[in-house]
Amino acid sequence: MKDFANLFTTLDQTTKTTAKVNAMAAYFRTATDADKLWCIALFSGRRPKRVITTTLLREWAAEQAGLPLWLFEESYPIVGDLAETISLFLPPAVGHVDRPLSGWIAELQRLSALDEAQRKAGILHAWSVLPQTERFLFTKLLTGGFRIGVSQKLMTRALARATDQDEAVLTHKLMGKWTPDTTTWNALIESNDPTADLSRPYPFYLAYGLEDLDKLGPVSDWFIDRKWDGIRGQLIIRDGQHHLWSRGEDLMTDRFPELAQLIDVLPNGTVIDGEILAFKNEKPMSFNALQKRIGRKTVPKSVLKDAPAILMAYDLLEYDGQDIRDKPLETRRSVLETLLNSTPKSAPLRLSAQVTGDTWDDIANIRATSRDHHAEGLMLKRRDSPYLSGRKKGDWWKWKIDPLTIDAVMIYAQAGSGRRANLFTDFTFAVKNGTDLVPFTKAYSGLTDAEFRQITAWVKKNTQQRFGPVRQVPAEHVFEIAFEGIQPSPRHKSGIALRFPRMLRWRHDKPVDDINTLDDLKQMLATYG
Amino acid sequence: MHYLVPMADLLSFTPNGIYCEIGDFYIDPWRPVPRALITHGHADHARPGHGHYLATQTAAPVMRHRLGDIALDTVSYGETLSRNGVSISFHPAGHVPGSAQIRLEHKGEIWVCSGDYKTVDDGLSEPFEPVKCHAFITESTFGLPVFKWTPQDTLAQQINDWWASNAANGTFSMLGCYALGKAQRLLRTVDPSIGPILTHGAIENTNQILRAQGIALPDTTLVTPELDVAAQKGALVLATPSALNSTWSRRFKPHSTAFASGWMALRGVRRRRAADRGFIVSDHADWTGLNAAIAQTSAERVFVTHGYTSVFSKWLAEQGYDAQVVQTEFDGETLETGEAE
Repeated sequence: MKDFANLFTTLDQTTKTTAKVNAMAAYFRTATDADKLWCIALFSGRRPKRVITTTLLREWAAEQAGLPLWLFEESYPIVGDLAETISLFLPPAVGHVDRPLSGWIAELQRLSALDEAQRKAGILHAWSVLPQTERFLFTKLLTGGFRIGVSQKLMTRALARATDQDEAVLTHKLMGKWTPDTTTWNALIESNDPTADLSRPYPFYLAYGLEDLDKLGPVSDWFIDRKWDGIRGQLIIRDGQHHLWSRGEDLMTDRFPELAQLIDVLPNGTVIDGEILAFKNEKPMSFNALQKRIGRKTVPKSVLKDAPAILMAYDLLEYDGQDIRDKPLETRRSVLETLLNSTPKSAPLRLSAQVTGDTWDDIANIRATSRDHHAEGLMLKRRDSPYLSGRKKGDWWKWKIDPLTIDAVMIYAQAGSGRRANLFTDFTFAVKNGTDLVPFTKAYSGLTDAEFRQITAWVKKNTQQRFGPVRQVPAEHVFEIAFEGIQPSPRHKSGIALRFPRMLRWRHDKPVDDINTLDDLKQMLATYG
Repeated sequence: MHYLVPMADLLSFTPNGIYCEIGDFYIDPWRPVPRALITHGHADHARPGHGHYLATQTAAPVMRHRLGDIALDTVSYGETLSRNGVSISFHPAGHVPGSAQIRLEHKGEIWVCSGDYKTVDDGLSEPFEPVKCHAFITESTFGLPVFKWTPQDTLAQQINDWWASNAANGTFSMLGCYALGKAQRLLRTVDPSIGPILTHGAIENTNQILRAQGIALPDTTLVTPELDVAAQKGALVLATPSALNSTWSRRFKPHSTAFASGWMALRGVRRRRAADRGFIVSDHADWTGLNAAIAQTSAERVFVTHGYTSVFSKWLAEQGYDAQVVQTEFDGETLETGEAE
């Protein structure tokens, strides 16, 4: 694992993209097939399952270090990462066993089949023969928490360079539900038949937020439809089977069983890009309705009845078994429209309607009505654009509506973890209710590093009380909180829950007396909930 | 009736700083006082405004430079002075050149106030000497078992490898470090044959003071607006952490950045600083060093000042010491951008 640890260190040490790609490409040129395959798997989020509970790992680490467990628990929040804490807490390695990456993963899989005593012996031995970085990586794999600061896009670029293949082709090859246990380097990367796996999706084309409306040219060059507020999904109908993929490459087929009937109304060799929506009376429901279905393994009848799902189709990627992503959007859309015209209204499938206007002002007026349609804004797509893979600038833009905002005061602060260890970054906010303050949301993002440092210094000096890792601070600092949606929540004291709350601005100018009230929030709930 | 009056402690902890009532003086006080004994020249220990200062001969020039025209007496290491029956002596703390642990003895009772210290010989500072005592005042900047320093020779190799590979590509190696102690320790650690060494003004000032008092350092060139930077390609550039993140650093193109700090042991901090490299090097004792130093004093009472004070004193109490936390205004090696050392 020494080579893999060196790669990890190089990637971790540099902030430069070219250096990262070079390091990965070098690894892909020299590592064994088994190691390369695991490296791709790990870098694309295909982590081995957790072998052991973290509670036991902490106890064993303390035992091996000959130090009390409480000292471990005190060190953990300072380091901010469990595997790293273990790797630093243990005494230096004695001797060094250099097994390849795939060898250590095989050892991990062997251990997971053993009883606890044997697992312990295996793990303690591994810790005692691995130097710090390798020990850290091994423990990350043990906890099932391996992550790395390299995007799949960069990894694919390096792989393309090392194997002399086209990046888009490789991106497609890496999609789907493979693991290193179900495929080989040859089958996955070297073979030239990306459709060998019938369930394999195409890479999603992702849009950037609109930067400059004035640079788009005439409105007639653009195909415009609503930006639906659901879950992006790719429906694949091949060989009498259907598969539904999320943008994060999760297979969601079983979570939306109503879509199974589309096998009967769509021909084989069809792949549709669209949005999964909860949909009733020919209208999308709010995202809250759909959210209740996310994360459920089984879908009871009541849910199917209360929040029935459809696919709102907006693009066609494969037709009659042919990849048509290179054809202009206009062509793909017209085939999609013909295809959907022949499907019955009872099928859970709708066409995302085109929005039209003569000028950009007309379009802006339509955008302003987005919330009435439970939409997040508009999608602008160049009529002659191909369907590209990944996030690319120029042909597709999302033109979102402005978020909802509320001014609130910070009342609790908690330190972050990982890159944010030792920095206070996780805050709880309150609104006024008469003379009381009512907490209603947490937020973690939106401030610059400098602002986080500034607030950290203030929190340290102004802590009133500690509740474990949480610090109570005086209600002095006002922030503008932005969010995408609001829903009732009996679990929260305030009675509401926000969707994607973040700090839009630190309002140094605003006195605490002028913050919003619980009544303001309830008003928003009535309007947008 | 007979009252047993306990003997007063030789040192007490007051809002002005650590105070010796019998001798009527303070050690590293943070508010202006008539008489101050100073362990070393860093800004959180040697503050302005005291009536009279006492420090080691090696520490004096930097203190004079930083604090201006002060009433300062100096002592040699191991020399004994006496004040109101309290004998006072200074012993090497290994932290930076001239840094001292201050030993006080009165009627057989011995206290040592260690200021900041490290037990590893850094090749620059007078190496740490353990001093037997009854009560020991220790820092705990890195008082957790996750802090274990890289050995000095491995460290030298890491830094030299980084510099040499940058130099081979015509890239500047910009290393962020504190101006007093850390910078000169790094100068003594690197291999000057790799290329020229440039310095930021704050560091060069300290270099000149130390050279003038006979401490050998490799040749360095001060970065001035007139300097032809292009002619220095591949140079090592020593800068303060704040200069490294400022426009000052933009003239060195292309460059690779690194920080030298004990905090670089933590991946989260390394990533947050967004430097290309983080070298684990500190002028404070690591976990092993703190425990070894305290054991060597044979002290029964230990007072823990700045750092992970509550955790470290709880650990010491479990080891059988009479340990307690003391609130001070010392900073140690700060995690973020502070300038204290």
